[in-house]
Amino acid sequence: MTKLKTLLLAALILFLLLLPTFAGKYLLYMTIHILLLSVFALGFNLLLGYTGLLSFGQAGFFAMGAYASAKILLIFPSLIFGVLAGIVAGGIAALILGFLCVRHTRIYFSMLTLSFGMMIYSIAWKWRDVTGGDDGLVGIPRASFQIPGILNINMNPMGNYYYFVLVISLIAIYVLYRIVHSPFGLILKGIRDSENRVAFAGISVSNYRLLSFTIAGIYAGLAGSMLPPLENTVTPPLAHWTHSAEPVMVTLLGGIHTFSGPIVGSILFYLIKDIIVRFTQYWLIWFGSIVVLLVLVFRGGIVIFFTDQIWPLFKRT
Amino acid sequence: MLEKLAFQALIGLSFSMYLWLLAAGLTLVFGVLGVLNFAHGSLFMLGAYATFTFYGILGLNFWLSIGLSLISVGIIGAIFERFFIRHIYDIDLPYQLILTFGFILIFDDLVKMVWGGVAMIPPMPRFFEGNLSILGRPFPIYNLFIIFAGIAVAVALWLILEKTWWGRMIRASASDREMASAIGINIPVLFTTVFVFAAMLAALGGALGTPVRVVAPGIGTAMIIQAFVITVIGGLGNLKGAFVGALIVGILTSFGILLFPVFELFIIFVVMAIVLMVKPEGLFTK
Repeated sequence: MTKLKTLLLAALILFLLLLPTFAGKYLLYMTIHILLLSVFALGFNLLLGYTGLLSFGQAGFFAMGAYASAKILLIFPSLIFGVLAGIVAGGIAALILGFLCVRHTRIYFSMLTLSFGMMIYSIAWKWRDVTGGDDGLVGIPRASFQIPGILNINMNPMGNYYYFVLVISLIAIYVLYRIVHSPFGLILKGIRDSENRVAFAGISVSNYRLLSFTIAGIYAGLAGSMLPPLENTVTPPLAHWTHSAEPVMVTLLGGIHTFSGPIVGSILFYLIKDIIVRFTQYWLIWFGSIVVLLVLVFRGGIVIFFTDQIWPLFKRT
Repeated sequence: MLEKLAFQALIGLSFSMYLWLLAAGLTLVFGVLGVLNFAHGSLFMLGAYATFTFYGILGLNFWLSIGLSLISVGIIGAIFERFFIRHIYDIDLPYQLILTFGFILIFDDLVKMVWGGVAMIPPMPRFFEGNLSILGRPFPIYNLFIIFAGIAVAVALWLILEKTWWGRMIRASASDREMASAIGINIPVLFTTVFVFAAMLAALGGALGTPVRVVAPGIGTAMIIQAFVITVIGGLGNLKGAFVGALIVGILTSFGILLFPVFELFIIFVVMAIVLMVKPEGLFTK
């Protein structure tokens, strides 16, 4: 990393840490959503950008995390157990389904993940006894964060919950950054660029794909697990394929070949939404148009567009 | 019990035909243009809304309304292909899916803006009212008409592709685009006509559904995923497969609702996943 980048990153983290001192409840609420979508999309991009697999069923793992966390919180109100349950649920589901998916690539992989995601959706929708059917689960408490005998933080104020999500998200993002810059990440990129060469080097392509898929599932589950305490409810549309399109959109918006792409995409997603809904309730027309424009004009994503096109203009002057 | 099942199969068969009309266009566009069009379901929805407007609001003749909505959606399809789809023939799958997904958002909201968000059902045309007694149960005449219409489209499609000059050009460019171009087929024009044709098939499905199914924003999104399931079962780009796939999904849904109402949606995706794992090129591709 260059000095400038480090400086920018430090400024951003400082800004996020100080946010509750001047921001209102709504801004914090939005920032939590941005953080959750960032974690969700970063995990997704490990698959798309680094491994070369387009999953259209990530919402299934997100929902697994959300429902598992909600269930735990309803029985035993402990935030940390809720989040752990979400990670485990997302990870195990991804490990099992991934085992069936990773042998396939390209469009067949996308269709297979789509069908598994929709299976999870139909379970969430129809298995009324466990999932609450189309009403979902309601009245999920925002349990306090406690380590017995040491710590007990009340999570009801939005600022406190914001810090909780922020810390967990930053850790998750840092871990993923280390993963993609490790030898493991390099092998994934190798699989993306030339599957056969990696196989010739004696590396099991499908094992690495499975691991990548599982990590993506864990990140989806983690993001999902932090949603119910925020919204106090979970509903089946969380698992629907249209929700799976969200990480795809924000990742392409930000750019798939940069680590920060999904984060930038998530920020833009909520920013654009927030600005447009002030003027019209039909914000999806405009957002859809932005997505279309993006594919036709800025196919590398916003981050690459900025670093390759805009940044040199400043450097020259 | 057996009678009940046979009757349910007949109900499923009429549902299959809507799916078939949608899946036929999806398959054609994928097979020839190489684009997987998420927004194909939106064209189905636009067909339904156009027919609703001509027939239900303006009070035009039912057949004329269907004809007018086919033309309207055909024009939208031509614009859509010429200005957007044409630019994504050769780009990566994620971008194709996301561009067409963007259009789902646009069309869904556009429909809400023009017609409002409520679900509507126009009245049934007089001459289709009433039931026929089949297996001792009342079976709506309209459903019977849908089954015949779907089969007629299948036969017509087969004739067009096998017997006409246009059909030969389509088959030629589907199997080898460059070669077809080399022998003088104007590929861009051909692709536009194929896309318009596919859009009109989807619109026909939507139009025929208006008197019996609800017209609402989002009906396209619900249908497109089932059409995906069908094209996967039948084999991507395989029309015969799409027809059989539509029958399988329609009848399975119909039985599912009767036998295990909780899992009807689940079973369809299980079938899709099994086909993808065991025979990803589709059940009906040699």
